[in-house]
Amino acid sequence: MKLSLAPIPFYWSVDEIRAFYDEIARTPVDIVYLGETVCYKRRGLHLDDWIGIADMLAAQGKEVVLSSLVLVDGEAEGKATRRLCANGRYRIEANDMSAVSLSAGTPFIAGATLNIYNEHTLALIAEAGATRFVAPIELGSTALMALRTRAPALECEILAFGRPALAYSARCFTARNYDRGKDACERICLDHPEGLLVETQEDEAFLVLNGLQIHAATPLNYAAELDSLRHTHIDILRIMPEKTGTERLIDAFHGLLTGRHTREEVAAQLAPFTATGSANGYWRGQAGRLSCP
Amino acid sequence: MNKPELVCPGGTSAAVEAAIDAGADAVYVGMRNETNARNFPGLNLDQAELVASIRYAHRKGRKIYLAINTYPQPGRVNTWERAVDEAVATGVDALIIADLGLLRYCQEHHPRVPRHLSVQGSATNADALRFYAERFGVTRAVLPRVLPLNQVERLTQEAPLSLEVFGFGGLCVMVEGRCALSSYATGVSPNTCGACSPAASVRWEEHAGERRVRLDGVLIDVFQKTEKAGYPTICKGRFKTRGAVNYTLEEPTSLNVLPILADLVQAGVAAIKIEGRQRSPTYVARVTAIMRAAIDACVRDPLHFVLQPEWMQGLSALAEGHQQTLGAFHRPWR
Repeated sequence: MKLSLAPIPFYWSVDEIRAFYDEIARTPVDIVYLGETVCYKRRGLHLDDWIGIADMLAAQGKEVVLSSLVLVDGEAEGKATRRLCANGRYRIEANDMSAVSLSAGTPFIAGATLNIYNEHTLALIAEAGATRFVAPIELGSTALMALRTRAPALECEILAFGRPALAYSARCFTARNYDRGKDACERICLDHPEGLLVETQEDEAFLVLNGLQIHAATPLNYAAELDSLRHTHIDILRIMPEKTGTERLIDAFHGLLTGRHTREEVAAQLAPFTATGSANGYWRGQAGRLSCP
Repeated sequence: MNKPELVCPGGTSAAVEAAIDAGADAVYVGMRNETNARNFPGLNLDQAELVASIRYAHRKGRKIYLAINTYPQPGRVNTWERAVDEAVATGVDALIIADLGLLRYCQEHHPRVPRHLSVQGSATNADALRFYAERFGVTRAVLPRVLPLNQVERLTQEAPLSLEVFGFGGLCVMVEGRCALSSYATGVSPNTCGACSPAASVRWEEHAGERRVRLDGVLIDVFQKTEKAGYPTICKGRFKTRGAVNYTLEEPTSLNVLPILADLVQAGVAAIKIEGRQRSPTYVARVTAIMRAAIDACVRDPLHFVLQPEWMQGLSALAEGHQQTLGAFHRPWR
């Protein structure tokens, strides 16, 4: 089983992004997904800059994938997707059917937002060139087992740690929270490098606003599900970047997979990230926010 | 002059007939199971009702579209394929599908029945639409409620299929087909089970003169005695951000495109859809009649099309929270 790192979901400065990947290059993560997937306006780095970071990571032995925008709803987003798909160097993660369409023939990775829920759809995506798919967040162990036993032998990746994106819109929820329009957002997301917390009226941490995306406030954590992940033949566990400590998350999961750490040690390493709880509901076929024993 | 079809919701046989009598060109319906994205108790049609509805529609020269637009679950794909076979046997005029595998099944087994891409298919650009048209023979796509008018206009030029847009009713703020908020709270979502915010998960509590509403454990909103309480969905709930309680994602409001109807007609959209298979026949009849009158007037003389105040008043009375919006069609909404 391999480890991967998802694209940075939040808006960080160029310097922060570069420093982050310099650090990541020294970790034992196997696969790194790079690029801006949320908002076209977060364009501190251009495609060439991302390819520069990709080359640096590849030189350190990482497999690098360039991830496409999830919402392609205008000319600028369409052009960015076309440029990405024509990069000619790195495989892309297609997060919208436009990227699948544009990749015709070239091998690609099918992202979680393509809605691959069953074996027939997986076969068609494989036919279109996918070599790996990231399972929709909602699919749990039973459903994935049913899918894996009937589907072509594509690599299967699932999110194993992080605050998952739950919903995607064209509206910028962060700008709206500041009474700003999307076109006049003044890059307010830069002020929220870990997202903007949404609590219920009972002060329970519930969601996180991230521009056009809504994330869960509680991290999903499948570290304790390792046996069932292996049983389901999951090939790759994905971790989401955190503003601080991502290298410790990677170390914890790497130690878990190699047997270098005991499960108790891993739980202790993850504890700073799960202080307000963690969830495994989706994997257990329950509501995603639940933590099932 | 392009004349868009008026496509109306038929959650029950009575609603189908009400829509047709009020002037719908087509009515979209679902079967009474998990294969459609409005899988609520008491809604949708069984086989006999579907046959009767099609007979009623065809007698009056109208059409019935069948939505089989949830994502087939692994190992149980044949439930959705049987639904397609049954629907085709009844003589539906088109199938509304979201899943790639199911689109291919329809293409191979029932090539002559037109395939529409459901809004749950999340297609928002020409490249994605081309993919569905070229590989799956899709002839019409329903656009997610997240696109500005200029993008809709561009897509009618660039996309190799016809386009259907939402015109009135409930407003999904999220890209349809890409929202797991409901399953995060309850385990049930539109993609997997065909339901958002399922009634079985809703709990109302009286508490110190307030009414609190929960989705399973999660507090969605708190209403004062004098406030009108709508159906609780996470996207229209009130939460706390930066110390203040507000409608964090969207207010309770309905989409209404009448102010830009002439633009949509001139752009060449093929159909305008009314949301609301969960609505009563009376509601469906009223909205249908107003939209029928407006589309007819607009097509008759688009340059001199004037929005009639009674249409807007009539729709306002039927809108969620009596509020209406152009949604994403109007760029500042975003």
